[in-house]
Amino acid sequence: MNTAVQVVNTRIGIVTATDLEQDQSFTRTLGEITSPNARMQCRNINVWYANKQAIKDVSLDIGKHEVVAMIGPSGCGKSTFLRCLNRMNDTIPIARVNGSIKLDGKEILDRGIDVVPLRAQVGMVFQKPNPFPKSIYENIAYGPRIHGLTTSRTELDELVEISLRRAGLWNEVKDRLNQAGTGLSGGQQQRLCIARTIAVSPEVILMDEPCSALDPIATAIIEELIDELRAHYSIAIVTHSMQQAARVSQRTAYFHLGDLVEVGPTEQIFNQPQHKLTEDYITGRFG
Amino acid sequence: MNISLLLLAILAMMVLAFQVGRNRAVRVVGGHSHIRHLHSLPAYYGYYAALWVGIPALLLVLLWIGLQERVITILVVEQLPPSLTVALSDGHLSLLINDIKNLATGNITSGKITSEIQAAADHYHQLQSFASIGLWSLVFSIAGLGMSIAWHRTQPAFRARNRVESILLLIMILFSSLAILTTLGIVLSVLFESIQFFQKISWTEFFFGIQWSPQIALRADQVGASGSFGAIPLFTGTLLISGIAMLVAVPIGLLSAIYLSEYASTRVRSIAKPILEILAGIPTVVYGFFAALTVAPLIRDWGEAIGLTVASESALAAGLVMGVMIIPFVSSLSDDVINAVPQSMRDGSYALGATQSETVRRVIFPAALPGIVGGVLLAISRAIGETMIVVMAAGLAANLTANPLASVTTVTVQIVTLLTGDQEFDSAKTLAAFALGLTLFVVTLMLNVIALHIVRKYREQYE
Amino acid sequence: MNNTDDLTAQSNVVLPETSNQSPPRRAIDIVDASLKRRYAAERRFRLFGLSAVILGLSCVVVLFTSIIGQGYTAFQQTYIELPVTFDVAMIDPNGRLKQSGLTSSDINTILADVNFLKIARQALEKTFPYVEARHQKRLLYSLLSSNATQFLRDKVAANPTIIGTTQTLKLLADDDVDMFMKGRSTSINTLMTHGQATVIQSNQRAQIISTGEDFVIIRKQVKTFLTTSAQQQERAITRIQTALLDIEAERTARHQAQQNALAAGQAEQAERLIANDAELLARHTRLSRDLLAAQTKAADFRARAEATHGNELLNSNMPSYFVNINGGLVKVTEVKNNTISGEIFAPFNSKVAATGGEWNIIEFAQPEADRRLKDNQVAWIWQLKQQEMIAKYFNTLFFINSASREPEQAGIAGALMGSMYTLLLTMLFSFPIGVGAALYLEEFAPKNRWTDFIEVNINNLAAVPSVVFGLLGLAVFINFFGIPRSTPLVAAMVLTLMTLPIIIIAGRAALKSVPPSIREAALGIGASPLQTQLHHVLPLAMPGILTGSILGMAHALGETAPLLMIGMIAFIVDIPGGITDPATVLPVQIFLWADSPERGFVERTSAAILVLLLFLFLMNLTAVLLRRRFERRW
Repeated sequence: MNTAVQVVNTRIGIVTATDLEQDQSFTRTLGEITSPNARMQCRNINVWYANKQAIKDVSLDIGKHEVVAMIGPSGCGKSTFLRCLNRMNDTIPIARVNGSIKLDGKEILDRGIDVVPLRAQVGMVFQKPNPFPKSIYENIAYGPRIHGLTTSRTELDELVEISLRRAGLWNEVKDRLNQAGTGLSGGQQQRLCIARTIAVSPEVILMDEPCSALDPIATAIIEELIDELRAHYSIAIVTHSMQQAARVSQRTAYFHLGDLVEVGPTEQIFNQPQHKLTEDYITGRFG
Repeated sequence: MNISLLLLAILAMMVLAFQVGRNRAVRVVGGHSHIRHLHSLPAYYGYYAALWVGIPALLLVLLWIGLQERVITILVVEQLPPSLTVALSDGHLSLLINDIKNLATGNITSGKITSEIQAAADHYHQLQSFASIGLWSLVFSIAGLGMSIAWHRTQPAFRARNRVESILLLIMILFSSLAILTTLGIVLSVLFESIQFFQKISWTEFFFGIQWSPQIALRADQVGASGSFGAIPLFTGTLLISGIAMLVAVPIGLLSAIYLSEYASTRVRSIAKPILEILAGIPTVVYGFFAALTVAPLIRDWGEAIGLTVASESALAAGLVMGVMIIPFVSSLSDDVINAVPQSMRDGSYALGATQSETVRRVIFPAALPGIVGGVLLAISRAIGETMIVVMAAGLAANLTANPLASVTTVTVQIVTLLTGDQEFDSAKTLAAFALGLTLFVVTLMLNVIALHIVRKYREQYE
Repeated sequence: MNNTDDLTAQSNVVLPETSNQSPPRRAIDIVDASLKRRYAAERRFRLFGLSAVILGLSCVVVLFTSIIGQGYTAFQQTYIELPVTFDVAMIDPNGRLKQSGLTSSDINTILADVNFLKIARQALEKTFPYVEARHQKRLLYSLLSSNATQFLRDKVAANPTIIGTTQTLKLLADDDVDMFMKGRSTSINTLMTHGQATVIQSNQRAQIISTGEDFVIIRKQVKTFLTTSAQQQERAITRIQTALLDIEAERTARHQAQQNALAAGQAEQAERLIANDAELLARHTRLSRDLLAAQTKAADFRARAEATHGNELLNSNMPSYFVNINGGLVKVTEVKNNTISGEIFAPFNSKVAATGGEWNIIEFAQPEADRRLKDNQVAWIWQLKQQEMIAKYFNTLFFINSASREPEQAGIAGALMGSMYTLLLTMLFSFPIGVGAALYLEEFAPKNRWTDFIEVNINNLAAVPSVVFGLLGLAVFINFFGIPRSTPLVAAMVLTLMTLPIIIIAGRAALKSVPPSIREAALGIGASPLQTQLHHVLPLAMPGILTGSILGMAHALGETAPLLMIGMIAFIVDIPGGITDPATVLPVQIFLWADSPERGFVERTSAAILVLLLFLFLMNLTAVLLRRRFERRW
């Protein structure tokens, strides 16, 4: 069990009235935070880095077969929120998280919850492509190997192929599976990372600005891929680009300085934002 | 002490020259209020004068010190009556010269003092005082000359600052080249003597012979006839001890680096790391003492308790202690290398649900491997070149064995032994030390170059 | 992107959400199933790491406890307090010292011929009047260090008025006595007694009869010794028997072969086969004799060990036992159940019987044969201790004396001085050169092949074995330039070359950490590049450079190997007065002492190490504090 990293988890009760009163500009999230077909349900999430509160009482659902986009200006806490969903914040010693997150109805913020199977269920793709300095094949095979998902080499070969195909990379790399993953182009690397995530059969995929380091063509391919992956996975994506959010997501959540200001169907957020802050952001007053 | 006094005098003259030069500059331009007409600040004219006074004088002193002894000795020998010198071999002649010098300086002599020797000693003494007076007067005149040159050059348009700066730059370039000179000096000094050695002993015998006993002749027909110089037992001994050291240092160093950087809390790390690094600051002679007086008897007692024959200077004792010495070396190099692996690698692995040890073993370790290999190579180079531990705790007997409980000797032990006993220069025995030194230098140099190259490439990969 | 559902069907790992009707997903089940094993591996790995750290730390602890444990006693030294009579007749029979206006060299001339050794010895004799035999007296004299002569002469020279008086003076004890006082030569046990003891004295011997079982322990010890000896002999018997059988077998074989060869007509070979027969036979005879002797001894030891009665004699291979009764000491040489007899080592002051507890038995566990101090000497020291005439005091000699062949007189002053000269000179050479080189390479040098080469060179030099620098010093500085060997000057030159790479590397790193904005600012207001460096960059980089230099100096202070090459290994008694005097340095002194066989040098070596480590600690502390104080984050 990962005891080196401490997660303070006292559930909801700790958020006091004074906490909420500190920020007068904001009272509660506008729009519908729940999803009829919810896979993950987050309620009243607070995150502190040392003494600085990065997320304030955020509640949000992530539904099955949907892509939820999180947008907002830099430092608004959207990445932090994303990292709560598979407890990647555990790797940051000064981070404290409380609130409740349920995956398929099961609480995952409990201290006793094991992060290893959790992360196998909730995969993550990072801003900068981070293939391991190994061959393409080994990059994909790593997850299944550590979890013991396959029992034979042929099974593993198949799984690698399926994952690469789902990530739309198979045709490009099938002849050079033994070459270093770091030798691929940026877009290919990112798809390799997605394939790597898929290979452990997650239910939810978290994507932290997956295209910010890529050129427009690679971005387009990834966006197409995300849309296809929706058929199998719940996807939460943090993005800087409003266009991208509009293109790939079904629901959009707007974060501002640690608050979830507004959430709703993507079209509605972009066409008729209810909150002034959302509108300002959408129309490009700040960013 | 005479020389120290002279150096002090030169320093004093430089200070004086600085004052004079500065004042001269101020006066040339017509007083303090007109300083802006000078090209440089007055102090630079001062520095310029000081450099002119100091540098030639210092060079002269160095040259003089280098030559004085030789010239005087030649002069004295020439003056010796032929009856004294004609029958003497070179060695005896140098002994005689030594006696003369000792007599002249009032020390105890080894031979009988005859009137000839007394006369020679007086002559020697006389020449020395002569030389001393000569040096002093020469230094003063050269300093005076330098001052006058600086004096005449001190004009308002004279670019004193640029001159001083280019001299300083030149000096700095000289300093930087000292590294090259050192390497060159090492190569030349060991190469020169080694060539002489290989003229006496064939290189095949040295590199492939399995008998090492430089003190006594083993076979009458032997080349050099002063011993046998097959260095294989030394190489195997060195490898055995270094091997034991690496067996201790690499696992402990690497694992503790991994534990401290991946698992330990900040507090544990901040305590354990400096304590481990203490080991790196302890002089090797202390390790040698520890190995010879604590570890070796302990190993012998334990070994004998379970019925093994253990040499009192076993390779194991020296190797173990050397390993302890190298632990912090391996661990701090590994620490650097592990920390250079980007956090994104760890994140990638954790996000797939890997445990910490899986991440370390399957992602971080392979990623850091080149750097770790480089570090281990550096550590091996250090183990091979380590001297004091083996001199104190390993034996002198050149046994060709792989048994860690036996006594073996190493290249460095032999270098020290051959050069700290009674030396006759040019004997195969003494020259052998330089041949061993050359081997040691070449091997460690290769290891270092390869290791530094690997580490550098590794760093660049993640920068 | 073709049909993914089709692909999933091919795989036997069920990927999620292919259908909602599927039973619980397999992937997560597999993950959950493997967790136990994986966490066990995790714990194992962690344990490995932790044990590596603990092992490393315990090395530090063991090293320090071992050295401190061996060395702390050296800071005290044993002195014997004796009433020394400065006899007028012996020192100044003609009254020459009573003249006025004597210079100190006059006094020294007058005292040069005085036999102060005899004066010191007389003091000992006066304390132990009952020591009369010549060889005993020699043992008695050896309790004092050989420096007593010099010490007494200095005393008189400093104050001639003490002539004719008797002074109680602390004289330095011999190192064997010192080791004994520090408990390093034998462990001493005092055994309490219960019975009433009566002493029967006859001449130099005494018999003590106890009403209790007080001597059983001695008897037991003797029996143990006899048993061990018997076992030793029995092992020897087995060894000899095997050897005899081997010889016999070889002879038989050779004779057989000889017969065969003769039969085959190979006379020459046959001859050769039995050429060493006579030698083998002689060995056989010799071994048979040894066997007989061993068997006799073994039987004797066995019989004595198993006998339940009779007297047992003690010898010098057994622990020594003294009976301390009525102010006297008896060394036990023979033991019966309740009676011992032995030599009187110190006279009694009464002859009445002593009740249990009033007398005791003292055991010296180390047998006399394995000890440098004989039993007589031990008895005298014991007596001195009883009279509080022997004690340990702070060891000032260790800090003011130089190297000596006698452990009790050896000190580190010479080596410390040598180290100081060497280090100062090294600093004087290496700091300006190192800073200059670092400045040039980092700030002025064009980036080309040459400077690349220099850089590679410097990095390599930092990793060249130190002994190679010794070879360089020997071949270049001593043999080529003719700089005198064994001097701080040549040592400093070698160490300079060794520390330069360290200083240059540290200096470059410090210069690199100064932000370019500082340089631009200075250059912008018209400073020349050199002024920029000297006025702005260098001062800012100085703490870093100094830290690196101090660490380099610490390295130089502990360096030994190259100095052995350049003659610092010579035995030098004088404290060096300058940089061209022959000298040794602290680490080399440690090396030399570590090589000396005397027990007394072991503790001195450890103490010298402690002093060296103290200096290194101070230097490192300075470096750390310097870094803390001036560390600047840009």
